[in-house]
Amino acid sequence: MWKRFRSNIGAVIGVVLLVLVIAIAIFAPLIFANSPWQMVQRPFLAPFAMDGLPLGTDTLGRDVAAQLAYGARVSLLVGLVSTLVALLIGVPLGALAGFYGGYVDEGAMRFTEFFQTIPNFALAIVLVAIFEPTLASITLAIAIVSWPPVARLVRAEVMSVRKREFVDAATLAGLSKPRILVRQVLPNTVSPIIVMASLMVATAILLESSLSFLGLGDPNAMSWGYMIGAARTVIRSSWWLSFFPGVAIIITVLALNLIGEGLNDALNPHLSRKGKA
Amino acid sequence: MKHLKATTFLIAAALAAPLAAQEAGGRLDIVVQPEPPSLMLGLVQNGPTQLVAGDIYEGLLQYNTDLDPQPLLAESWEISEDGLTYTFHLRDGVTWHDGEPFTADDVVFSADVFLRETHARLRSSLAYVESITAPDPLTVVFQLKEPFGPFISVFETGTMPMVPKHIYEGTDFATNEMNATPIGTGPFKFEAWEKGSFIHLVKNEDYYVDGLPYLDEVYYRVIPDAASRAVAFETGEVDVLPGGSVENWDVPRLTEMEGVCSTGSGWEFFAPHAWMWLNNREGPTSDVRFRQAVMYAMDRNFQRDVVWNGFGTVATGPVSSKTNFYSDDVTIYDYNPDKAKELLEEMGYDGEAVRLLPLPYGETWQRWAEAIRQNLTEVGINVEIDSTDVAGWNEKTSQWDYDMAFTYLYQYGDPALGVSRNYTSDQISKGSPWNNVEGYENPELDEKWFSAATMISPEDRQTAYNEIQKEIVDDVPVAWLLELEFPTIYRCDIKDLVTTGIGVNDGPRNAWIEK
Repeated sequence: MWKRFRSNIGAVIGVVLLVLVIAIAIFAPLIFANSPWQMVQRPFLAPFAMDGLPLGTDTLGRDVAAQLAYGARVSLLVGLVSTLVALLIGVPLGALAGFYGGYVDEGAMRFTEFFQTIPNFALAIVLVAIFEPTLASITLAIAIVSWPPVARLVRAEVMSVRKREFVDAATLAGLSKPRILVRQVLPNTVSPIIVMASLMVATAILLESSLSFLGLGDPNAMSWGYMIGAARTVIRSSWWLSFFPGVAIIITVLALNLIGEGLNDALNPHLSRKGKA
Repeated sequence: MKHLKATTFLIAAALAAPLAAQEAGGRLDIVVQPEPPSLMLGLVQNGPTQLVAGDIYEGLLQYNTDLDPQPLLAESWEISEDGLTYTFHLRDGVTWHDGEPFTADDVVFSADVFLRETHARLRSSLAYVESITAPDPLTVVFQLKEPFGPFISVFETGTMPMVPKHIYEGTDFATNEMNATPIGTGPFKFEAWEKGSFIHLVKNEDYYVDGLPYLDEVYYRVIPDAASRAVAFETGEVDVLPGGSVENWDVPRLTEMEGVCSTGSGWEFFAPHAWMWLNNREGPTSDVRFRQAVMYAMDRNFQRDVVWNGFGTVATGPVSSKTNFYSDDVTIYDYNPDKAKELLEEMGYDGEAVRLLPLPYGETWQRWAEAIRQNLTEVGINVEIDSTDVAGWNEKTSQWDYDMAFTYLYQYGDPALGVSRNYTSDQISKGSPWNNVEGYENPELDEKWFSAATMISPEDRQTAYNEIQKEIVDDVPVAWLLELEFPTIYRCDIKDLVTTGIGVNDGPRNAWIEK
């Protein structure tokens, strides 16, 4: 599997980019000793206008490079945690619905549809506005709007897997139903979940940025969306303030998508052979 | 230091025939932001309504940029020696826009009946009034129960607009159908209102001053987005951007354009004063040393130069330097982080987090909160910015659920009208974001505020207010920030647009366009 993944150039590039972003996020305090909120120089310095400020300064004279690095932490953190929470909601619900069928399935799916009928972003805005924007509320809101597709995917996978012979064999061997679900069925649905999760991280990063752009970010956390939102009013005079965080978002989301695609090909032999052989 | 001239005024109508240089004709397009809820100035007095309705309605007096009263509907007035009797002589031959004559009965009805019911701010000044009478059709007498120093400042158009008795008497004011087509005595008449787009006013041909107004028509344009407003000005679609209609950092770009002028004048009557409420009741902000530390920790010159793009003045205390009875003989809080750290050390501040509530009025205010948080963080204060919308801000400040909260309020020319309300203990009452929200209690000062308001002689009042300012500044009940300045941006061929203390609100009356 790793071999197949490696042979996909796009996926490898994705991994390299993502590792880079993660490294910057982790080492941000070492690279930039100052807080990203600190006003270090005159405002509106263009990139490379002054040594030590390669990306210039923002409306208050804060170091844009430092903001980018610290922003990576927020974006990645929100992306990862919200995806984990979404999986924690979606996987059990989908698994139960798919495995037990009947009323359980009906109930779970109606519940899921209820969430699916509300547009994602609108629901996220409402949730954040109600809870007041903090990192925790934003993460939770993103998780709440992103779990329904997970539930549906897991349900479909579980439904197809539970009809296989090895499940019958396990039943004959006297294993209890919950045990079969957890030990036999679920492990066989992991690969599509992984692929989906990697794409969900990307979506979550975009959602967080959009919320921050609209001013619904955590006012105490520097994030890329916040940077763009704060810079949009000066976009004509100071392009770099919105350009660099925009590029950062594109790179990160692109990297995650490339990885997701690579994983999809690697974990799904039927598909990959078509394309690559 | 400024002295209010409250002596008898008898100014002959300074209305010589228009000078040859002033040219009649033309149209002005002025931005109004946001769209006013109503143009009936007697019922609604928010900023946008005052901007538009200031051309339709008029008060008895207007005020120049030094806040001296000038004739408007009253051509002269006398104040008795004991400060209890105000006699106004009305201009002859004034008519309402529908042709009915304007008389002293209208004044009595407006002040005593209509505005007493609808205008909260004026009502508190009218509490000093014993009776309002009209001995003849051109004379009105306000008889006071006790002297009230700032009384001569309450006759401004937005504070005491004259409303037509023949339309409103005996009706339910709020639901009167005529509210949609306001009738005033002003230089412009209401013509049309295309909701979401524009309000159209046309010249009042029968205006009582010969030659005025010069303009044929005025359009107030509704453009919801700040960036679009800037573009509309650049493309020539609008001619005037009243203060606050574009973001501060767009101001230099627009004023550098050819043929574009700007002025910070025209806000003297309002003197918008910005500060942070500091909750005096609980938490670190209840300690005077902490509050002083906040003052020393802030680099307010930086805030003015960077956040406000150089507009404004660092505030020295509760009274704006543009308001009457200002004094700068107070403790000056310069940027001094070391001093702030000492004070925090002395009080034993333990790093308890304090919440900072920005004013949700756009990017400038958000940046301002971030700059102050950074200043405070640097002296060791642990600050968290709360995030909220306008409704949430109102709720949190009026329910006292905050540690530090931004605000700015108007001063209306006199400390007794627009300043003492934020510091006297009788103004402590939950539910309003405009009163003594910080919970500052100082009975000794309460007494001084009260007696300064009821003194007759301006000199005595000045002495009293000097003393008050000196004392209160040491207590730092709130963290004073800046005297805000909202530049008015306009094309240079528009002349005499801002000539009074309320600026563009009644600007079109005298404005003319050079061809």
